[in-house]
Amino acid sequence: MSEKPPSDILDRRRFLGAAGLAGAGALLPLAAKAGEAAKPDPMITELQDWNRFLGDGVDKKPYGVPSKFEKDVIRRDVSWLTASPESSVNFTPLHALDGIITPSGLCFERHHGGVAEIDPAQHRLMINGLVDTPMVFTMDDIRRMPRVNKVYFLECAANSGMEWRGAQLNGCQFTHGMIHNVMYTGVTLKTLLDQAGLKPNAKWLMLEGADSAGMNRSLPVSKALDDVLIAFAMNGEALRPENGYPLRAVIPGWQGNLWVKWLRRIEAGDMPWQAREETSKYTDLMPDGRARKYTFVMDAKSVITNPSPQAPLKFKGRNVLSGVAWSGRGTVKRVDVTMDGGRNWREARIDGPVLDKSMVRFYVDFDWNGEELMLQSRAIDETGYVQPSKAELRKVRGVNSIYHNNGIQTWLVHPDGVTENVEIA
Amino acid sequence: MSRSLSLIAGLAAAALVAVPLTGAIAEKAAPKPSKAAATKTVAPPPAPVKLGLGRQALPEEIHAWDTDVRPDGVGLPPGKGTAKEGDALFQEKCSTCHGEFGEGVGRYPVLSGGVGTLTADRPDKTVGSYWPDATTVYDYISRAMPFGNARSLTADEAYALTAYLLNMSDVIKDPDFELNQGNLAKVKMPNADGFYLDDREVSEKQFWNKNPCMTNCGPAPKVIGRAISVDVTPDEKAGPRVD
Repeated sequence: MSEKPPSDILDRRRFLGAAGLAGAGALLPLAAKAGEAAKPDPMITELQDWNRFLGDGVDKKPYGVPSKFEKDVIRRDVSWLTASPESSVNFTPLHALDGIITPSGLCFERHHGGVAEIDPAQHRLMINGLVDTPMVFTMDDIRRMPRVNKVYFLECAANSGMEWRGAQLNGCQFTHGMIHNVMYTGVTLKTLLDQAGLKPNAKWLMLEGADSAGMNRSLPVSKALDDVLIAFAMNGEALRPENGYPLRAVIPGWQGNLWVKWLRRIEAGDMPWQAREETSKYTDLMPDGRARKYTFVMDAKSVITNPSPQAPLKFKGRNVLSGVAWSGRGTVKRVDVTMDGGRNWREARIDGPVLDKSMVRFYVDFDWNGEELMLQSRAIDETGYVQPSKAELRKVRGVNSIYHNNGIQTWLVHPDGVTENVEIA
Repeated sequence: MSRSLSLIAGLAAAALVAVPLTGAIAEKAAPKPSKAAATKTVAPPPAPVKLGLGRQALPEEIHAWDTDVRPDGVGLPPGKGTAKEGDALFQEKCSTCHGEFGEGVGRYPVLSGGVGTLTADRPDKTVGSYWPDATTVYDYISRAMPFGNARSLTADEAYALTAYLLNMSDVIKDPDFELNQGNLAKVKMPNADGFYLDDREVSEKQFWNKNPCMTNCGPAPKVIGRAISVDVTPDEKAGPRVD
């Protein structure tokens, strides 16, 4: 087997931390050894068990699970971030994924009062306030309404928030993993609002969850009527409980906190509610001590997922650099990649669907001769917005804003392939 | 809460008539396009489509769920409480996480202090230093607290706890001051004027750059910080168990 066990990588990392870089390269035989006599591969020449004995029957895993050899591909949390696991976040393993669709079971979770477990037969959605007729809908009602399918990214406003003051977490799972990208199935919010009939003076909606946090956020009616969905399915299956089963809001391009899960009520009003989540949280404190509010849109952003600290380079010669990019303002037009820390850039190849307010996947196929690399990616969206460097962002926003850190990420690849999160100047 | 008493009255009247909504509701006829409209490229918004799905919410149902509170005080229920009353309640129901004086326990939120720190290197964003509206304190306590036993407080208890927090932040100086439905929305918070609308498209317009540099874009970069030095990344083995 050519796979290095994860412990080996970790030990190398500790070694690097303790002893510096000198000599570390000797620990990792990187490239295929030229000139060694070729020996027959026992994986080919010897009969293997799976090639001889019966495997599992069809019903062994009636709702499939990943291969046991993928057991390290999981959401992970950062336990020191929060006081309790019920009001916490875990992170999507971006370094282990490809394409643009996040598997449902790996979509990061963020709860404020734990996962509400709701029987869809007992779930209700109420629409009240400034409407002609306050309404109650069951899940059966909603499933009988005209349906739409849309692929969108969902990014927490605090994604990369731990990196405002400098490189802190060593893995794109932790620096950028508060994002996922799935296909939602549901009904437009306009369809639902039409059933109640919005009054002309209804300018804002309050979305409220059925969880123990009673999560609530204010949403402008203009956005609600534009592209907001109320979804009951993701990636073709019912929403996962941790992602809002049986019903959630989908607010394309806007910060994840607005995407209220376990949605049970929508109230129409003539002004915002100033809920806890839009006053004490999800406001951006600027260097002058004042704060921006209602910073809904997620700016264009990208990250190289491979190589990255949890997915170091293993081979000299041919390699695939890969990453994801997204913009809350529309489609991603271009992604540039640099291997020398920003001195020289080349346009990456975007492959796969390029959709409105969805992730795109980009690649650079390259040869690596073992030199040190400083990798960065830079997203450009259809409005002409160019993802800024962290220095450019800090110049405007300081380091106390917590949210909306879309600065360019740097990975340093060492000659032995070990890759780490660094700040450069 | 419903935004006007007349609306509530209207709902009650409608409920008495008790018209069940069925599929019989006619779709609104689309307006006839005029000659002028026909030359325009922008289509008019589609008229609302009534699907005959769902039913009218009953007043008791709206009353049960419609408990949110707005900055103008709309939604505040009848009730009252003082900081002195809130103190005892806070010690019983809140201090395990937030400390006796709101100083915070472990990583649970700090609720007091922090005034004057918003331009500091490590600001403390508390009720007194940061929150713009007193009503938000009541709304959040009544919808989500105590953590793990949400919606268990009476209106009087929520008023008393709100008063206690505002007293700890010196917003309400008198511990015997009665906070109630009529005066909570009038409480002026210290940082009420500390917020402005998202202005990124103006204040950050330099980020809309037609021609970002592609070659020879500056001196060779130097590493000035490393996550490894900070050493707070969870161990690969620290992930949850997967069966």
